[in-house]
Amino acid sequence: MQKFDKIKFRNNMSTAARQAIISILAVAAALAISMIIIAAMGVDPGRAMSKMLSGALGNKNAVAETLVKMTPLLFTGISYALANRCGLTNIGMEGQLYMGALFATISGVYLPGLPLAIHLPLTMLAGFVGGGIWGWIVGVLKVRFGASEIITTVMLNTVAIQLVQFMVNGPITEPPGNDAQSSPLLDSARLPIILKNTRAHLGILIALLFVYLFWMFLWSSKKGYEIRVSGQNPDAALYSGINTKRNVVLVMLLAGGVAGLAGATEVMGVQGRLFPTVSPGYGFDGIAVALIGANTPLGIVAGAFLFGILRAGGNSMQRATGVPVAIIKVIQAIVILMVVATAILREVNLRRKKPEAKKA
Amino acid sequence: MDVINILGGLLSSDLRMATPILLGALGLLIMNRAGLINIGCEGIMLVATFVAVAGTYYTHNVWLGMVCAMLVGGLMGLLFAFLTVSLRANQVVVGVAFNTMGAGMSTVLYRMLFGMDFVSVKDYAFTHVSIPVLKDIPLIGDALFHQMPVVYLAFLLVPVVSYFLFRTPAGLNLRSVGENPKAADTLGIDVYKMRYAATIVGCMLMAMGGAFLSTGLLNSFQEDMTANRGFIALAAVIFGRYKPTGVMLATMLFAFGLAVANLLPSINSPIPYNFVTMIPYILTIVVLAGFAGKTVAPAAAGKPYKKG
Amino acid sequence: MSELILEMKHITKQFPGVLANDDVNLSIEKGEVHTLLGENGAGKSTLMNVLCGLYHPTSGEIWLEGEKVRFSSAKDAMNRGIGMVHQHFMLIPTLTVVENCLIGARSDSILKLDLAGAAQQIKALADEYNMDVDPMAKVSDMPVGARQRAEIIKALFRGAKILILDEPTAVLTPQETEELFNMVRKLTKDGYTVIFISHKLNEVQEISDRITVLRQGKSVTTVKNDNISVNELARLMVGREVDMTVTRHETDQSKAMLTVSYLTLGQKSGNRLLNDVSFEIHKGEIFGIAGVDGNGQGELVECLTGLTRATSGTAIYKDLDLAKSTTREIMKSGVSHIPQDRHKSGLILSMNLAENMILQDYYQPQFGKGALLNWKYINTFTDQLIQDFQVKAPSRFELAQNLSGGNQQKVIIAREVSREPGLLIAMHPTRGVDVGAIEYIHKRIVHERDQGRAVLLVSTELEEVLKLSDRVAVMYEGEIVGIVKPSEVTVEEMGLMMGGKRLAEIR
Repeated sequence: MQKFDKIKFRNNMSTAARQAIISILAVAAALAISMIIIAAMGVDPGRAMSKMLSGALGNKNAVAETLVKMTPLLFTGISYALANRCGLTNIGMEGQLYMGALFATISGVYLPGLPLAIHLPLTMLAGFVGGGIWGWIVGVLKVRFGASEIITTVMLNTVAIQLVQFMVNGPITEPPGNDAQSSPLLDSARLPIILKNTRAHLGILIALLFVYLFWMFLWSSKKGYEIRVSGQNPDAALYSGINTKRNVVLVMLLAGGVAGLAGATEVMGVQGRLFPTVSPGYGFDGIAVALIGANTPLGIVAGAFLFGILRAGGNSMQRATGVPVAIIKVIQAIVILMVVATAILREVNLRRKKPEAKKA
Repeated sequence: MDVINILGGLLSSDLRMATPILLGALGLLIMNRAGLINIGCEGIMLVATFVAVAGTYYTHNVWLGMVCAMLVGGLMGLLFAFLTVSLRANQVVVGVAFNTMGAGMSTVLYRMLFGMDFVSVKDYAFTHVSIPVLKDIPLIGDALFHQMPVVYLAFLLVPVVSYFLFRTPAGLNLRSVGENPKAADTLGIDVYKMRYAATIVGCMLMAMGGAFLSTGLLNSFQEDMTANRGFIALAAVIFGRYKPTGVMLATMLFAFGLAVANLLPSINSPIPYNFVTMIPYILTIVVLAGFAGKTVAPAAAGKPYKKG
Repeated sequence: MSELILEMKHITKQFPGVLANDDVNLSIEKGEVHTLLGENGAGKSTLMNVLCGLYHPTSGEIWLEGEKVRFSSAKDAMNRGIGMVHQHFMLIPTLTVVENCLIGARSDSILKLDLAGAAQQIKALADEYNMDVDPMAKVSDMPVGARQRAEIIKALFRGAKILILDEPTAVLTPQETEELFNMVRKLTKDGYTVIFISHKLNEVQEISDRITVLRQGKSVTTVKNDNISVNELARLMVGREVDMTVTRHETDQSKAMLTVSYLTLGQKSGNRLLNDVSFEIHKGEIFGIAGVDGNGQGELVECLTGLTRATSGTAIYKDLDLAKSTTREIMKSGVSHIPQDRHKSGLILSMNLAENMILQDYYQPQFGKGALLNWKYINTFTDQLIQDFQVKAPSRFELAQNLSGGNQQKVIIAREVSREPGLLIAMHPTRGVDVGAIEYIHKRIVHERDQGRAVLLVSTELEEVLKLSDRVAVMYEGEIVGIVKPSEVTVEEMGLMMGGKRLAEIR
């Protein structure tokens, strides 16, 4: 920890505190609105919420489920935050996730005879490469041809999903090809379970490791500094001789790769094989996670935890109260809207602060 | 004779398939020209598919169902404008939230009202209207001039939107807001009002497209039934180079791709279905990257404007 | 005494942290050319933005033709006949001139945009005032002078009776300026009123009927143009005696540090932004570049710092040709650069001081070996610089945006000077900073010269260039029209060169 020094803590102390308060307010407001919606459905919102909480945290199994749901959210949250720190809007995490899942599946199914110590990291790497390629394309299209990453990522999402559908229905379908799914991954490419008799797998620890790497990279490395400068002020980056174009490509590659890991861990840790719908929208949830977390490491963990609870507890809420599990999408959307709506508070605060500082 | 029938049938279904996308794309185009990017078209259309079915079910009138959908679309537009124009929130992020919201809300509300039942509004479906004389043109007559009224309406909107944008004072003002809001402001145009209006009208058109998809094409609501049509509409706007006619042609091309793709499995084609469905997205990337000549998006698209 | 058409009474405009207008009074007579004179940041533009409805005054009243008015938008002001030609044109490049004129205009029909009719009116207006404007031309295809004419036409077309011209000559050639003035004279003869914003004394004297001087947000006085000297105007504008003395040491200037030869930057259109620029800067010398804004100074600095690639020519510093090197190579070779706009490129406003201090050298081993940054060292380094350069900031963790302009500039200077460069390129180093900071920055630049560095000082503040430089080059339309020693040149000669006369023609 010594390496971080105090700078990042002090540096963003006041802004961080303010952001945290804003995020918490936004989440609280979103939950309040959601409870009103649930009440309108004729269900006691308190009961629904407590069912959700007990489904997500009530026992060992529930906690394990929350960790399982958190894992891809951490990856996609990091992915969005990383690109955003460089001034890019990566809406393509869903597609990058699918590509990561596809590559990991190919590595996990078709490389027999490898020991776990080699096969497992190799398959993770394959997932990273799959997503990374998908991100890299976006970076190159932006830098070389001036194509907005917002639109290209949106387009590439569908392309990736269609590609996965094609693959599981044809080239990598499980023989004899009755179902739209791949063969199961070899055991040597499966992520070990970390809590006995649950689905919690090693992926959560890998994801947390990546949160740490994300932190180290952006705030303690020279490359990370370059990327933050490029994102905050591209003109200043050019002025200091930073190669912003190369950084855009690099960041999209890394962001894509991290999103690809979300797909890889889903396949390797949860589903065990590739289905045409690997992700129920984890790629888009990552945007919300990063937004709530204000692109900070701890914030992302908190955001992923929150959405992990929603995803894990949603099913038990539906079973117990009949509130459709789709309500969690509504809650998520309201959370996002609340966060962006309250973002203006930050600006107002800064403006109010300025005159005093000027006198100093 | 058979070939002609197949082609005629294909053209006819192309127009029908194109209609929801075209309506969505025209809505997006209007917003885009006013400087707003709406990734959330998919979500708005999805909510509209549900509202239209529910509205039709309760009013027993498919047109009233569509009006309900458009009203809800307008409200969503109002919210979008409030967040992105007044609060200057990131348009892309709000759009993403709208998509999530649309997917969640449509399902939740459907379950609330109808449980797990399958609700069909076939009894109140739009009737086909034939245009006399024109209908009897060989080859294309039946395809073009024996359609549901909404189809005519959507295609009629193309010249209307085009005329509005390029031939009326309000259209010029709207374009100026999308190109340079600051300049428009100095010329006395209320940038916020303009963007609110464009968003509300645009979202109503998207909702109309969604309504036609559920009540016009499939007579029912299914979860996630828009199946990326909102994104295809987004693609069509770019592929059509931000011009109504171009957008129309792009929509027809993409819808044709969808029609062909749906046809493929039944004729045991060697070309995989998924590859055909990818085409609109890949074409759009190709156009965006400037491989087919430069397209110029409205200069201020996606950027919030702050009044002085 | 002709009738008053417009009065602005006790106008105060408070921005967060800045009092841009402080109890300003202005009265304008019908048919006059009334100049607002003041330095950068005196509040001229703010006052005019209040007048044309873009800003709402914090307090104060506007009286138009004897009637109190309140403009809630630009449209209100325009409807009352007030039109402004902004310094940064408000034209939309993808549209034609006539379309630009019709944006937001009242129209007879909401259904039909009357392009042809409007084009005819525009043509007629243009002909009447001898302006060369094609109504159907796309703005993006037009040169700057033509765009300005289009802006003026736009204002007239929309019924402006009071025309505000904000620094209109900044982008014009002398001939174009003369044409503009002729047009202004004809306009006032026809009953229009013109408010002219400028800080160029000669132009002000040439065109004005009356002059109101603004200084630091306050209206100082209003004078008639016929009985006032340029010197007196300068004194009113600046408000203090100009101190030309600066202590400097003798330095050995025998060694050339930077040799620029035939540096040329061409545009696709064939226009040359830089044309065969050649000069030398020696060790221990401040080489100043004077000239009206936009005569190629920015391009010269960009070419020397690798931000723009010159079309031809060389700029040799040590063994490196700056004209063909990347920014990183140039900075590494010992060149420092104080950029013209500290907010745009000199600082990362949302980052703290430590992060800003390492912007130029973060990749060097002293700030961390290998791929990682050594924050411990960076922090001590930052604290040292804050102390050495008297940056007023609570701590190194303060965000750059919370500092005053002068202290922000000190951060940049600390960063650039601490690199101990062989060549220091400083552009507008004192623009928009307070008097105390100006003094400090000037001393610091001279100090660096005394240390034996070569300094390229680009400034539009004539006083600054003459005071600090050992030699001064004047740039005009991308060329150097003369290189002189400040002690051997008169202000009049400088003015002539800045207006495009070559030194050889004058002497």
